[in-house]
Amino acid sequence: MYHAIVFLPLLGALLAGFGGRVLGAKASAYLTSGFLVLSAVLSWVAFFDVAIGQKPAQTIDVLRWINSGALEANWAFRVDTLTVVMLVVVNTVSSLVHIYSIGYMSHDPHQPRFFSYLSLFTFAMLMLVTADNLLQLFFGWEGVGLASYLLIGFWYKKPSACAAAMKAFIVNRIGDFGFALGIFAAFVVFGTIGFTEIFAKAPEQLGKNFEFLGMQVDILTTICLLLFMGAMGKSAQFMLHTWLPDAMEGPTPVSALIHAATMVTAGVFLVARCSPLFEHSPTALTVVTFVGALTAFFAATVGLVQNDIKRVIAYSTCSQLGYMFAALGLGAYGVAIFHLFTHAFFKALLFLGSGSVIHAMSDEQDMRNMGGLRPHLKMTWLMMLIGTLALTGFPLTAGYFSKDAIIEVAYAGHNAMAPFAFWLLLTAAFMTSFYSWRLMFMTFHGRPRASSEVMSHVHESPMSMMGPLIVLAIGALLAGALFKTNFIGHDEALFWGEALYRLPTNKIVDEFHHVPGWVPIAPFIAMLAGFALSWLMYIRDPSIPGRLAAQHQPLYQFLLNKWYFDEIYDFFLVRPAMWIGRFLWKKGDGWLIDGFGPDGVSARVLDVTNRIVRLQTGFVYHYAFAMLIGVAALVTYFMFGGVH
Amino acid sequence: MPTNSLLTLVTFLPLAGAVLILFLLRDDNQTSIRNVRYVSLWATIFTFLLSLLVWSNFDPSNPGFQMVEKHSWLGNQINYHVGVDGISVLFVLLTTFLMPGCILASWAVKTRVKEYMIAFLVLETLMIGVFVSLDLLLFYLFFEGGLIPMFLIIGIWGGARRVYASFKFFLYTLLGSVLMLLAMMAMYWSAGTTDIPTLLAHKFPVELQTWLWLAFFASFAVKMPMWPVHTWLPDAHVEAPTAGSVVLAAILLKMGGYGFLRFSLPMFPVASDYFAPLVFGMSVIAIVYTSLVALMQEDMKKLIAYSSVAHMGFVTMGIFTGTVQGIEGGIFQMISHGFISGALFLCVGVVYDRMHTREIAAYGGLVNRMPIYAFTFMVFTLANVGLPGTSGFVGEFLTLAGAFKANTWVAAFATTGVILSAGYALWLYRKVVFGVLEKENLKTIADMNKREMAILAPLIVLTVFFGFYPAPIIDAMDASVTQLIDQYQASLAALESASQLAQAQ
Repeated sequence: MYHAIVFLPLLGALLAGFGGRVLGAKASAYLTSGFLVLSAVLSWVAFFDVAIGQKPAQTIDVLRWINSGALEANWAFRVDTLTVVMLVVVNTVSSLVHIYSIGYMSHDPHQPRFFSYLSLFTFAMLMLVTADNLLQLFFGWEGVGLASYLLIGFWYKKPSACAAAMKAFIVNRIGDFGFALGIFAAFVVFGTIGFTEIFAKAPEQLGKNFEFLGMQVDILTTICLLLFMGAMGKSAQFMLHTWLPDAMEGPTPVSALIHAATMVTAGVFLVARCSPLFEHSPTALTVVTFVGALTAFFAATVGLVQNDIKRVIAYSTCSQLGYMFAALGLGAYGVAIFHLFTHAFFKALLFLGSGSVIHAMSDEQDMRNMGGLRPHLKMTWLMMLIGTLALTGFPLTAGYFSKDAIIEVAYAGHNAMAPFAFWLLLTAAFMTSFYSWRLMFMTFHGRPRASSEVMSHVHESPMSMMGPLIVLAIGALLAGALFKTNFIGHDEALFWGEALYRLPTNKIVDEFHHVPGWVPIAPFIAMLAGFALSWLMYIRDPSIPGRLAAQHQPLYQFLLNKWYFDEIYDFFLVRPAMWIGRFLWKKGDGWLIDGFGPDGVSARVLDVTNRIVRLQTGFVYHYAFAMLIGVAALVTYFMFGGVH
Repeated sequence: MPTNSLLTLVTFLPLAGAVLILFLLRDDNQTSIRNVRYVSLWATIFTFLLSLLVWSNFDPSNPGFQMVEKHSWLGNQINYHVGVDGISVLFVLLTTFLMPGCILASWAVKTRVKEYMIAFLVLETLMIGVFVSLDLLLFYLFFEGGLIPMFLIIGIWGGARRVYASFKFFLYTLLGSVLMLLAMMAMYWSAGTTDIPTLLAHKFPVELQTWLWLAFFASFAVKMPMWPVHTWLPDAHVEAPTAGSVVLAAILLKMGGYGFLRFSLPMFPVASDYFAPLVFGMSVIAIVYTSLVALMQEDMKKLIAYSSVAHMGFVTMGIFTGTVQGIEGGIFQMISHGFISGALFLCVGVVYDRMHTREIAAYGGLVNRMPIYAFTFMVFTLANVGLPGTSGFVGEFLTLAGAFKANTWVAAFATTGVILSAGYALWLYRKVVFGVLEKENLKTIADMNKREMAILAPLIVLTVFFGFYPAPIIDAMDASVTQLIDQYQASLAALESASQLAQAQ
């Protein structure tokens, strides 16, 4: 069954990719979607079997891969609760996105290629979540990076799309630099890169040091932080987040699948998978909390002022990923994965909903040119409303259970960053509510700001697009309430089994249920306040935002330009690298090595020989001659010299 | 077929083809040119098929030399002695596998076709000879002799600055080979034989090892090429015809790495250990330096040439870690780089044959007219970047894992190559393939034809296959590499205990 779950998408990708021209657009689309639906159904079967039915974890061997000396990495599926939760998330969202794309991409001339990439992505993501060693995880990790690169650059005629695709790949590679070093360090320390073996040996290394880059550092902390660097790249955390907003250049279904629901959560998955390592390193966990909380806050501030509908949601994703990392850092791995699970539904819903809006508005993405769409797009509006409620944590929706739980965890948490995280996350919850409602108001309410020509074309999307939205909306409403007890509540220990590891002293999941009464209410208040402020500024008196921006121009520009990260990186990293490259080429190779090496020597030789020998043939024969003399000398020496 | 003369057959079959062409065929009209081409093609194909017999007769569990053939040759000291072990058999197959593609890629050559094909066939014999030689003099003859046809290929069928390029090549290699020749004489003087298996068991005095190591290093470092003696490579690649670039990048460069494994590491273990930090330094500089330089290139071939230098940096780094992962990764990287860099030069050749320029700025938007080409180029770009699932990843990963064991600084700096390679390779791809097709002269460009697909398709298959399942290559070399490392470690341990003994006394 697991073979089918993982390889059906690959089969679909290969058939659509290589046979797309023979099959045609329709057949490719239906074929890949059909395989994905099948894979999704099987994933749910596995979920009820392993996670709910508490079947013991197992490893299924597939094929040998890299075996060199002590280093053994094989293709295999590790099946435990964490894996099947991810299988469900990935395949459910992926199959819905496939179906949605049948409608969304119906006018595109390159549909087989699109569906092939989507299925390829799904395959890589499945390899990632089923990995039983660090290297297979890395394979999936880079594989989803490749698919992301291909899909962001899907419309290769747009220079901005090509640039964004490259940027995504390269920024991710910076994270992978750390990830790779983490794998090497794990291999050198533990002598293996298999999860089971590493986790078994981790306690032996507790408190021990090794030499890394000339420093004596704690082994487990170093490995965890290196792995976390990879997670920061993939999950667009603070400093390595710059690629995610640009990735919105890709088609919208891609944003929903890759840049909201699945790929970007791979970093969260990695940390959760390695919980038996992280749990032994309070330092690493503190760093994870800090980075997560900071990202949640930072991305929310930028989201406040963006005008591109997809970018607002992209920053929101970045921010929500920060929440998940904050929870991981506080030792509440199950809570983080629960938020990953619910977030996949409502964020995919929001993206696909915004895709429906963009589709209706003839590819307009700027919210300043929208407004007043509700009467025309009633169904889309309803879907987006559900998504917004879930994201902002309206009581009893999915986000309410998972996001508020993270805020409570931050209050109850013990590491040094917990109070910091609590206040940042609470503020971020307020901002989340504000920008989400701002998006709703600017898009659907108020007076229409689009030209009457565009408005006359506005139409509701076809059923193939609305169907997936409805399924996701149901998930966004119910996923929290249905699975709360299993993921983070009463049954959580049974549910997770061995998949997540917590030290006996780590009782955070118990403790956050017993925080003071005002703590669970605080996010609710923050949400209401965000809604009220947004209503005031965008419905009651729409002139306020402009006045505010004018009054606080530096702050507004700072936020609008995303804290100037792109400019800083360009100035301090990209330009110097290019300058050094040119310098080494022209001065290093050209002036120094060639100038004093062959060119210098040859200039001298030329002076002497120029008049005697014709260059054209001379040097070749010279060379042959020199070699022959050498051989002759050697042979003579052997034959007549006779050493002994 | 008896296996005792199989290697000789494989080695000299291409030469027989060359002789056939030389004496029996002319190239004064279309038909005879066609004949010359097909005879060359069939000669290389038969060689490849024969080499498959070598592969099937090869026993991977045996770490020593197999299919050995030995005849008395010059005087009573020097023998014609050939054989393969788990390391060299891979390079023999790499060579025979790539040559038919090189011949096919030369269909566009119009001048002096006969001489051109003869040069390539002679070159093939000399290259295979290097990998099967088990005698110093034989090795030297093949090693240095291979340069002559390569010279002619660059010098006669090369681009505008071919004279400069061959001149540069000459200066670099002459220096290295003279020193190597001296070292070989010293080895004979010390051990009393030129027989490589005997020399492998011989313990050279520690003092002498240092000098011998340095002399061999001079030759192999130029061949590799290692920084800072790499500057001949970009020029040679740029000027060489497509098939010349392929052979140069895919096979000739590997002779340096093979030399380190056959001579430096097993014969001079103490010196190898002593100089390892030097090699690490040069390798890491090569990786970072040439990757940065590659970022700024304007010529497609130059960019790939610089990327080759960076990738060879991983090889030298891996070999001198003295770890299983480092050495097996280094060998794997060489084989894989043979496919990938060869294929990348072929990809450049495809568009060069159409537009007659290698300038990156002259292209753009090729995907609109050439989807198959875009796919092929994408596969090899990603393999060059070292994406898992391609063969490029396996070697890079193993060498880095070995390097981390030896020295974390080396591993950390070398790993930055992973970021930089993504930078230059994707940049090249974006500039050439993506975008709108705007340039007038590109609007009629045709996609790859059947011949070009026949050359590149096997390379795609192998690059991906060995990315997912590298076991056939790693298993073949494992016994030989393990033996090499055991002996290497034993020599180092022996020296250690000897010096402790000396101190105790």
